[in-house]
Amino acid sequence: MQQARKAPLQYPKPPEGTWTEHYSELGTAPVSYESMVSPEFFQLEREAIFKRAWLNVGRVEQLRRKGAFFTKELGVARTSLIVVRGMDDQIRAFHNVCRHRGNKLVWTDHPAEEIGGTCRQFACKYHGWRYDLDGRCSFILQESEFFGIDKADYGLVPVHCDVWQGFVFVNLAKEPEQTLTEFLGPMITAIDYPFEKLTERYYYRGDIRSNWKVFLDAFQEFYHPPILHGHQNPVMSQAEYKDQGFYTMHFQADGPHRVGSTSGGAGGLLPPQMYNPIELVMRSGLFGPWDPSEIVTTELPPGLNPGNKKRWGLDSFQIFPNFAIVFWETGWYLTYHYWPVAHDRLIFEANAYFAPPRNVRERLAQQLGIATIKEYALQDCGTLEATQMGLESRVLPATPLGDQEFMCRHLHKVVHDWVDDYRRSRAEG
Amino acid sequence: MADSKLPPGFADLEPFVEAWCLDSEPERYAKRLASTMDEIQTFYDAIFPRAEEAIVHLEQFPLDELPDDALRLLKLLYSLILVSFAVEIWRQPYIPDTGTASFDLKLEPTP
Repeated sequence: MQQARKAPLQYPKPPEGTWTEHYSELGTAPVSYESMVSPEFFQLEREAIFKRAWLNVGRVEQLRRKGAFFTKELGVARTSLIVVRGMDDQIRAFHNVCRHRGNKLVWTDHPAEEIGGTCRQFACKYHGWRYDLDGRCSFILQESEFFGIDKADYGLVPVHCDVWQGFVFVNLAKEPEQTLTEFLGPMITAIDYPFEKLTERYYYRGDIRSNWKVFLDAFQEFYHPPILHGHQNPVMSQAEYKDQGFYTMHFQADGPHRVGSTSGGAGGLLPPQMYNPIELVMRSGLFGPWDPSEIVTTELPPGLNPGNKKRWGLDSFQIFPNFAIVFWETGWYLTYHYWPVAHDRLIFEANAYFAPPRNVRERLAQQLGIATIKEYALQDCGTLEATQMGLESRVLPATPLGDQEFMCRHLHKVVHDWVDDYRRSRAEG
Repeated sequence: MADSKLPPGFADLEPFVEAWCLDSEPERYAKRLASTMDEIQTFYDAIFPRAEEAIVHLEQFPLDELPDDALRLLKLLYSLILVSFAVEIWRQPYIPDTGTASFDLKLEPTP
């Protein structure tokens, strides 16, 4: 007699019956994916979203010393930024453009590549104009040859810059409509995490042929993993997930941001046949190192597990428009950045941050964790280029999204709201 | 032994040092893609059973004070991690259905 198959764990939903209907403004109808394939819509997104929202461009640990700087290519806004810690310890951002003839100010060898370092001032490669770290123009070669020029009028063009929990954000608007704290809102600013202790950083970068939202959507739903990644390890390939799907524990939205929480990896607690052999040796895998890092205490940091679920394993916070932080139960975190380049292309960045390893065993557990990320992410990359191709055919009028794809539906609603708002404000002049 | 590249007790892994002792993830991943499954399997079969012993040996040193021979052994373990997916999951060097997509580790801590 065949044994009854174990049903996947399901979790209570809001009183309305579904997460989607709990946020009634989202509707339940199929969603148009025109915004994924339209170059015109992408032009609107540049202005309506990426030049109005606060964008995370890095962390303070990249700017430890006075004079430390990095450049950030923001193709989506057709600009490059210099982010720098001044002699007064203030972190500032400037457009990476010399005020003289418009040459890109800071770069080495390849003008389109990002660089970082430490310096006392910035000097243009072209005609030698120089700038202090606070942006002031400090030197003009043959200044007396110019006509009534005042260096005070030729400082670098500043960009609004603020820091939350060590994350450096910029806003390209002349005057941001909200402060960073207002923009992040109560759900995100409730997070108080020891980011500063997790300084061991692994940085991945990919250049992908898909719309940024097509890509982001795959990283904000847990509907696809048992299928697309179903062969990666025995846990993933369990029949109950393959046949009946995986359920997210908790969804929540706050303004333009959202979070999904899931159960954990049960590292080491399942029978050995549920793991790949390497995972048993290195005590690590998809959910990262099995053994908790030194930051893990009996109390979860404030803001995490907002649904207050038992057997919590991870939170995937999606910070509008293109930034995500994923917190894992064993005390490490991942960030994702989705930088659009064109309507059908993005730069995808993933950073994994761990506590500095105390020994070789902890280092190896980190290594297997980050290697596993790549095995999964590359499958996503290939598949999402295929999705873009499917959408470009424009044979689909709209896309049905299930309740497990709540976060995808929410993103599309917010994107359209911001674009509509921008169109309205333009029409009103 | 004057010219041994690995710590005492790991002489059986010496033949793999030249090919698999690599400094960075992009090099290790490129090596995996450029190898045949026979080459990968031979390396995996040699080092996987020694992995726990190797870790125990390496654990006696602080991570930033590994002697050269230990560091080479650690790098072999990093390569083991990367090829394990080819052996244990895919049974081929590359990840299926990844097309021409790239996703490269640009920064990683050392060692």
